[in-house]
Amino acid sequence: MKHIAWAAFALILGSSAAMADVVKPGDVTFDEGAVPAPLTGQAGVAEEGRKTFISRKLGNCLACHENSEMKLEQFHGEVGPSLDGVADRWNEAELRGIIINSKNTYEGTIMPGFYVGEDFPRTAKQFKGKTILTAQQVEDVVAYLKTLKEQ
Amino acid sequence: LALGSHTAQADEDAKLVIEGQELVTKTEAPAHLQENLDEIYSGWVFRSSETQALQLDDFENPAFVFIDQAVDVFETAEGTAEKACSDCHADVEDFKGLRASMPRVKDGKLQTMEDQINQCRTEQMGAKAWGWSSTQMQSMVTLVGLQSRGMPMNVTIDGDAKPFWEQGKEIYYTRHGQLNMSCSNCHEDNYDNNIRADHLSQGQINGFPTYRLKNAKLNSVHDRFKGCIRDVRAEPYKVGSDAFRALELYVSSRANGLSIETPAVRN
Ligand code: HEC
Ligand code: HEC
Ligand code: HEC
Repeated sequence: MKHIAWAAFALILGSSAAMADVVKPGDVTFDEGAVPAPLTGQAGVAEEGRKTFISRKLGNCLACHENSEMKLEQFHGEVGPSLDGVADRWNEAELRGIIINSKNTYEGTIMPGFYVGEDFPRTAKQFKGKTILTAQQVEDVVAYLKTLKEQ
Repeated sequence: LALGSHTAQADEDAKLVIEGQELVTKTEAPAHLQENLDEIYSGWVFRSSETQALQLDDFENPAFVFIDQAVDVFETAEGTAEKACSDCHADVEDFKGLRASMPRVKDGKLQTMEDQINQCRTEQMGAKAWGWSSTQMQSMVTLVGLQSRGMPMNVTIDGDAKPFWEQGKEIYYTRHGQLNMSCSNCHEDNYDNNIRADHLSQGQINGFPTYRLKNAKLNSVHDRFKGCIRDVRAEPYKVGSDAFRALELYVSSRANGLSIETPAVRN
């Protein structure tokens, strides 16, 4: 019993510490399409971002974007541009902005905003008031995209 | 349109010929759609050659198992009136042409094929209404629809159909759900593109009900709408709701000019 209670306590501590320096979706500051300040105090982990990029339940970025770095993954989409060398085209702040809310970079784009504090018509109950990715997942994906360089 | 970027993709010039009859799978967009699309394509065009082939021959097309069942049901008396469809409709072929003009407005209401069939069941036969997407209902919808195969889709969108059509159009272009996407984002702006493993079509319904290899049954139009809306993480309208009737009329009108393909085969 004792160690279970302790684990729960640690979890609460951990999450509140992490929560404290997370920028909420409504508080994100854009500079044109870019977001210079990271959303969390914890640096993104590229390897985690790569998983989020592939996962159908999380980023599902691969549904729309081809990415030669992960050739072994099946079924690369072609709705958006190939992300080969994307870090040569956009800096970190711009990449973060595109993931948080691509509509600020591309008006009317089909690409979903992954960290937007707004519900769209008929959003299903289980997704109401939620962002597609968490702040940390966004940072992870940014870290991953920064590795996609051709030059 | 540049088909063929994927190995299993069909030949862009492949023709849909069934029982010697050539169906129209690509044609000029109807006037109301021309601000957004020049040409309209049947979903058949976007399927792999293996899936396409299943629709070329009624003996290969798995939907015909269900049609055979509906042929029997058509002759079977049911309900308090102890009547069969065939007691009032001597030959199912008399329904030729009907599918091409459904949904339609009748007595001020937008009526789909499912509505008409259930109306006959409850009011004429004293039988219980069938569930909208039930196998019995969709088999009968398919049997009636088959009588119009090869005829051009031609739903009415003006007159008293206008307000329903407008409502359907509004739904079609509204971005829904957590993913914030409209039907047009996928089926108008991105048809012929792959989205993950799926080759996007124009989302036409001239082939419905469709037999899908994925679930091995006949799929209603409304079930398909429901699936697409759910995929964008939105709350779908109810199957058989007025919203989906209106959307069905609007989406049908986007296919005006394409041949009725009922029953199409899809993956
Ligand atoms: C439903 C489709 C879709 C999904 C899902 C999607 N994108 Fe996009 N993305 C696009 C489109 C389309 C564009 C191009 C902008 C436009 O023209 O609308 C784009 C543009 C981009 C760009 C700029 C590309 C360049 O080369 O300049 C980046 C970076 C990007 N997306 C990253 C992502 C990441 C990371 C994810 C997942 C977390 C993602 N996208 C998910 C459709 C999508
Ligand atoms: C007792 C008579 C009766 C029976 C039984 C009956 N119907 Fe009908 N049906 C009608 C009448 C009358 C109409 C036209 C008026 C209406 O819509 O109610 C009609 C109309 C239709 C139409 C539309 C025809 C058109 O061109 O507009 C279809 C389709 C149809 N019935 C199918 C069926 C099916 C399928 C069954 C069996 C499940 C069935 N009917 C059973 C009397 C009947
Ligand atoms: C995120 C992308 C997306 C959105 C948004 C979307 N669909 Fe689909 N839809 C698909 C995919 C993928 C398929 C399966 C491949 C195909 O037939 O296009 C499909 C299939 C269909 C089909 C079956 C076509 C056939 O020939 O069998 C219809 C009809 C359809 N969609 C209608 C709609 C309608 C109406 C809406 C809006 C309420 C909608 N879709 C929204 C992705 C989408």
